Amino acid sequence: MKKISTLAVLLLALPAAWAGSEDTYAEFKAMMDRSFKTNGIAAKHRMYQLDFQKSCSQEKQPPKAEMARIEAEQLKTIRYPADGKYFGDWKQGEKIATSGRGLTWTDKTPHDNGGGCYNCHQMSHHEVSYGTIGPSLLEYGKVRGSTDEIIKYTWGKIYNAKAFNACSNMPRNGDAEILTEQQMKHLMAFLFDPASPVNKK
Amino acid sequence: MVNPQKYIVLALAATLGSLPLGASASDKLLDGINEYREALADGNPSELVAAEGEELWKTPRGPKNASLEKCDLGLGAGVVKGASAQLPRFFKDTGKVQDLETRLMTCMETLQGLDPKAVVEAKWLKGEKEKMAALVAYVVTESNGQKIKVDTRHPEMKKMYELGKLAFYYRTGPMDFSCATCHGDQGKRIRMQELPDLRTQEGAAAGWGSWPAYRVSNGQFWTMQHRLNDCYRQQRTAEPIYGSDVTIALSVYLAATANGGKVVTPGIKR
Ligand code: HEC
Ligand code: HEC
Repeated sequence: MKKISTLAVLLLALPAAWAGSEDTYAEFKAMMDRSFKTNGIAAKHRMYQLDFQKSCSQEKQPPKAEMARIEAEQLKTIRYPADGKYFGDWKQGEKIATSGRGLTWTDKTPHDNGGGCYNCHQMSHHEVSYGTIGPSLLEYGKVRGSTDEIIKYTWGKIYNAKAFNACSNMPRNGDAEILTEQQMKHLMAFLFDPASPVNKK
Repeated sequence: MVNPQKYIVLALAATLGSLPLGASASDKLLDGINEYREALADGNPSELVAAEGEELWKTPRGPKNASLEKCDLGLGAGVVKGASAQLPRFFKDTGKVQDLETRLMTCMETLQGLDPKAVVEAKWLKGEKEKMAALVAYVVTESNGQKIKVDTRHPEMKKMYELGKLAFYYRTGPMDFSCATCHGDQGKRIRMQELPDLRTQEGAAAGWGSWPAYRVSNGQFWTMQHRLNDCYRQQRTAEPIYGSDVTIALSVYLAATANGGKVVTPGIKR
């Protein structure tokens, strides 16, 4: 639905601050269109951009006003847990954070994805194989505390990182249906539980 | 095809198996991999693949029962030395910008009468793609030590550079990634894998200039098309078609950014 709604704008509109010519951009879209094919769950329509993806497809970030517009729009997508419970089981959360699998054309189903958090974040005291695209989240709960505000913010960040930084490198785990609500609860526990290796040496 | 995997697995186990775990284990692991690479540099396992490729280059094949020895990779018919250091380039006879692999497909078609489709449709490291990998290993070995020298003056090259740059920053798919997500900053890693900043000359030279490469982790020789394909897989996009224009455009963008850097092909990778 949402993913295909931008199909129509495909050959029109340039990204806001793009310096090249309209012709080159039309040629670019045609090139993208003929260069990719569906393979398994990785369907061809994945090549068609959402509006904000397009705004964020430049060397430089879009202008401030555009960033703010995107963030406000993305904030609206966040669904907080209906039962008001934010925390699952940190042990399961750790597994989800560790697994980087899911959503490629070699995966059989679009469900059962990992969070891939370790690809980008340092998280626990004992895992040394972590990426550095995102900031360290070591001792997250200990350092940030667990006020309602920080809990709600963290949920939102995991659900849709673009709500807080329009062109964030971090995926929209909830909004793009990468993770389920339950999986995100497990991750919350992993980040906040004092017994989790994120917070406990 | 000879599979050098068994040598490698043993060597890797010896190098990495003894690493202690601890606070600096991640650094040690990286050091270990780098040391291991250096140790292998004298006896690159790709040599076996390249030797097979050389034989294949000289062996008559296809409906026309001809070898590839008259193939023009840009420096004249039959010139292999230094050729891949200057690819991609614009070729008058096809009217297209071509990378090494699409150019080899042209030669297979015109000289040998082989259908390029057989290469495009084969599975990685199987059938005609396995043969392609061997040919590539041979050709790129003959450019080892040269300077990356891609001529972007032709209007078609200029255009492909622009299109490649747009492709590099194109965010899409369920994870909103572009190439720049993983290769658009200095000194980043995914897990333990160092990511070159492909926007810079230095990063592009390191990244582009060391591919095609032998991958130690799975004992496979990968061409550049294979590398790009796997990055798009990690990007969670649909699959790029083998030899499609987006792969050529990205290659032009990367190679032109890398211009002046040193070619160390075939590379040795994790
Ligand atoms: C591809 C990279 C990437 C992945 C994967 C990723 N993140 Fe992030 N994350 C970032 C970046 C970059 C930031 C910094 C803020 C920004 O630009 O959005 C961030 C910020 C955060 C923050 C806020 C930190 C703060 O101090 O406010 C949290 C919490 C977080 N990530 C959790 C996660 C969890 C949990 C996962 C896995 C489900 C995850 N991230 C996966 C890149 C990533
Ligand atoms: C989600 C992460 C991710 C994305 C997106 C990504 N790559 Fe990569 N790329 C990697 C990783 C990890 C490596 C390290 C190689 C490995 O797997 O061993 C790599 C390696 C490379 C290399 C070789 C670098 C070297 O020094 O060996 C090149 C060139 C490259 N990528 C180009 C691209 C291009 C072009 C795109 C976009 C079409 C892209 N990548 C998208 C993760 C990514």
